[in-house]
Amino acid sequence: MMRAREILVAAVAAAAILLLTLAVPWLRFVFTIAIAKGITVLGILVLLRAGQVSFGHALYLSFGAYIVAFAAPFCPEALLLLPLAALGATLLGLVIGLFVSRYRDIFFGMLNLALSMVFYSTLEKFYSITHGTDGIRLARTTFLGMTLTPETQAWTALGLALLLAAVFAILVRIYLESPMGHGLSAIKTREARLEFMGISAQRVLLAAYVLSAFMAGCGGFIVAMATRQVTPSLAYWTASGELVFIAILGGTGSVLGPFLGAIAYELTRVYAAALFAEGWQMILGAVLLLVILFAPGGLWSILRRMARQRVGRDARP
Amino acid sequence: MSWFSDNGLLLGLATLDGLSYAAAIFMVAVGLNLIFGVLRVLNIAHGSFYAIGGYSAASLGLMFAARGLPAWAAFAALAIAAAIVGVLLGPPIARLLRRTQHQEPVLQLLVTFGLFMILEDLQKLIWGVQPIVFDRPLKLLGNVDVPFAGDLIPFTRYQLFVLPGIAIVTLVALAWTLRRTLFGRMLVAVTVDREAAISQGIDADRITMVTFTIGTALAALGGALSSATASLVPGVGAQTIVLSFAVVATAGLGQVEGAAITALLIGLGRSTAIYFAPELEVVIPYLIMVGVLLIRPQGLFGVIETRRI
Amino acid sequence: MSVCLSARGLHLAFGGVRAADGIDLDVMTGEFLAIIGPNGAGKTTFINMTTGYLKPLAGSITFSGQSIIGLTPRRIVELGIARSFQLPQVFLEHSVLENVALAIAARTGFWKPSRPLLSPDVAAEAHDIIAKFGLADIADRGADTLNEGARKLTDIAMALALRPRLLLMDEPTSGVAAADKMEVVATLARVLREAGVTAVFVEHDMEVVDRFADRVAVWSQGRISALGTPGAVLSDPRVQRDVIGTRLVEAPHASA
Repeated sequence: MMRAREILVAAVAAAAILLLTLAVPWLRFVFTIAIAKGITVLGILVLLRAGQVSFGHALYLSFGAYIVAFAAPFCPEALLLLPLAALGATLLGLVIGLFVSRYRDIFFGMLNLALSMVFYSTLEKFYSITHGTDGIRLARTTFLGMTLTPETQAWTALGLALLLAAVFAILVRIYLESPMGHGLSAIKTREARLEFMGISAQRVLLAAYVLSAFMAGCGGFIVAMATRQVTPSLAYWTASGELVFIAILGGTGSVLGPFLGAIAYELTRVYAAALFAEGWQMILGAVLLLVILFAPGGLWSILRRMARQRVGRDARP
Repeated sequence: MSWFSDNGLLLGLATLDGLSYAAAIFMVAVGLNLIFGVLRVLNIAHGSFYAIGGYSAASLGLMFAARGLPAWAAFAALAIAAAIVGVLLGPPIARLLRRTQHQEPVLQLLVTFGLFMILEDLQKLIWGVQPIVFDRPLKLLGNVDVPFAGDLIPFTRYQLFVLPGIAIVTLVALAWTLRRTLFGRMLVAVTVDREAAISQGIDADRITMVTFTIGTALAALGGALSSATASLVPGVGAQTIVLSFAVVATAGLGQVEGAAITALLIGLGRSTAIYFAPELEVVIPYLIMVGVLLIRPQGLFGVIETRRI
Repeated sequence: MSVCLSARGLHLAFGGVRAADGIDLDVMTGEFLAIIGPNGAGKTTFINMTTGYLKPLAGSITFSGQSIIGLTPRRIVELGIARSFQLPQVFLEHSVLENVALAIAARTGFWKPSRPLLSPDVAAEAHDIIAKFGLADIADRGADTLNEGARKLTDIAMALALRPRLLLMDEPTSGVAAADKMEVVATLARVLREAGVTAVFVEHDMEVVDRFADRVAVWSQGRISALGTPGAVLSDPRVQRDVIGTRLVEAPHASA
């Protein structure tokens, strides 16, 4: 029942995104970036189930994006760059995850923050390799051998983003229903008990962490394809904070929450910037406060409440 | 030995710089720690208090100078700015955080992130994005030659005496307050077990409010003191908060003296990097943090909590 | 009868308190051993040492002949020792059913991300266990909404779902409503006997001890001061004075 409705909502949303993009061209970029972030936020959501907040996941997104930027001159094929970015981020996530999955709460959050900042300043300081804050311009890419123009590349990015979003949403949903997924919220409420059931809580968290790095790497690929320019600011800690923001804004109750949150976030940002150029961040901050104070379940729970009320009204004689 | 004689001057400068830098970062980190104690949330907006403290001090100092007030007023400006920021921002933000305290820790953390976003823009709206310099206090006190390993290093009296001096006074005053005064004892009680403290008749809300205001003022003072040594630019708050996080996590949560020692460690590490390996400047504090937590997961001075089962 | 668990010369101190001061104990395979004694005598400490939560300063513990000192709780569970807790350790965001299902999954296959937690066979087994504990009516209730007694039973059900060879229970009946207590313990005893599980339980209710324990060990100040059948131990005047005594004096009929 729940699942059927989620699929319906997702399908309608995907169709709406495509239609809106055709009608309003500048929305294509906004939506592509939003979905890329949504994919990354799926990983944040998984970690949040365990009560753990990473203030450093922009590391994996930017790592994936930089892999694409570095590899594109040698291997322009988008369908090879995607697995490359995903694999790189996954390996990095495994190495770092082995370390950070031993820590909880603030130490977990801060270690992620610290490591992402190490990466950020590496990008910034080693100008000869990374071109510092200027970043790297993405070389021309191909899709199934066909050279992409900026226009077709943008469409490719959006198409792949939608496809990845659908696949990951389904996979994460199945994963969260499995013992490993339930084990995450077991970490949140009674981690010691897991150990007394013979289950390594660290391993449960590590699996989630590696999965989140994997998805963030894919998100990074989309961002690189859509922006065609990667810069260190992708890795700055405020970008990680933004991902957590999106997770809370969308709501952690459903795998659709991250996408809902990401689209709302990006649209708010565009309109806030147009309306009030100097203060768009302030508006976003205020939105975040309002959501936490008045709708702590995020946009997803608001939608669900609205849907329930409608069902309730329809049912009345 | 020959390396030392070649690089003695740089090492000396690095040490002196590190001391003054540690002093400022300690002021921020210790406030962050106090606030974490009473509210159980790491306040991301805390770095903004530092930035706003710095900007306010600069504005106030420049205003005093324009009015022709005597030179020492520049120092008064630093203290007054910190107090104003503490009193204006502390209580309302503390009240907001108290309102969300029943919610999940993640949401509480995000409230402070939202506040951070708002304060960052507010700061840009008020003071713009051009660098602001206010080095009157620095110039007033002049330089002094510090003997170091056979060399004489010219260094500002302000950075040598004022910054570390105020940090030490703060450290001693805080340690004394926490151990010897009724307020301090109540603060510790609220930190250890809020419910038990309330049941003993302690007004935990008031303690929280006052502690938050003190913490805010300390961060603002740290920013005000630093405004004389470095120009103020947007983003300084974001930079400061991650550094203070590194200090707090490396020291272990809730440690006042530990935060001082760790601030020193990180301050010296960073200044040494500036002189000897500038590309590592930003990375050093985090590498220290990661290294320490690798060996001591609870932080240098943190205590492992064992849960009764 | 073979020795299931064997402890020799266990020592452990917290600050100045001697939580274990030379514990020697053999638990026989298949028996129900009750541990009684005043608060602070080190009863929970013994369970904590046996399950790897605490490491003794000195002494040895062997399970089926294998030393388990220094092993992690996880490793000890894999060997076949499970425990329940004085303060119930249940997963508060999960229902009773899911709590028990998690324990079953931990035993039968936890690391398959494609299999749902409540797969038909796991769900069936979970319902079966829950029914035995009389929790069927509240199977779908969230663990955070349960009263102390139901939480306690869920906690024990989770331990039992691991199908251990040795089950250690820390005050299994405290918090369980007096009216249900005997019935629950009788069911638990039957299930354990059927499965051939050895059981060690800390208990304050002497009626439970008398009815269900094969042997009783009396703890006092980190030592075992008496060990034997319930009939012999509970009627020992020394035990009555030190352990049960205070309770008898409080009761009006006992002073007569």
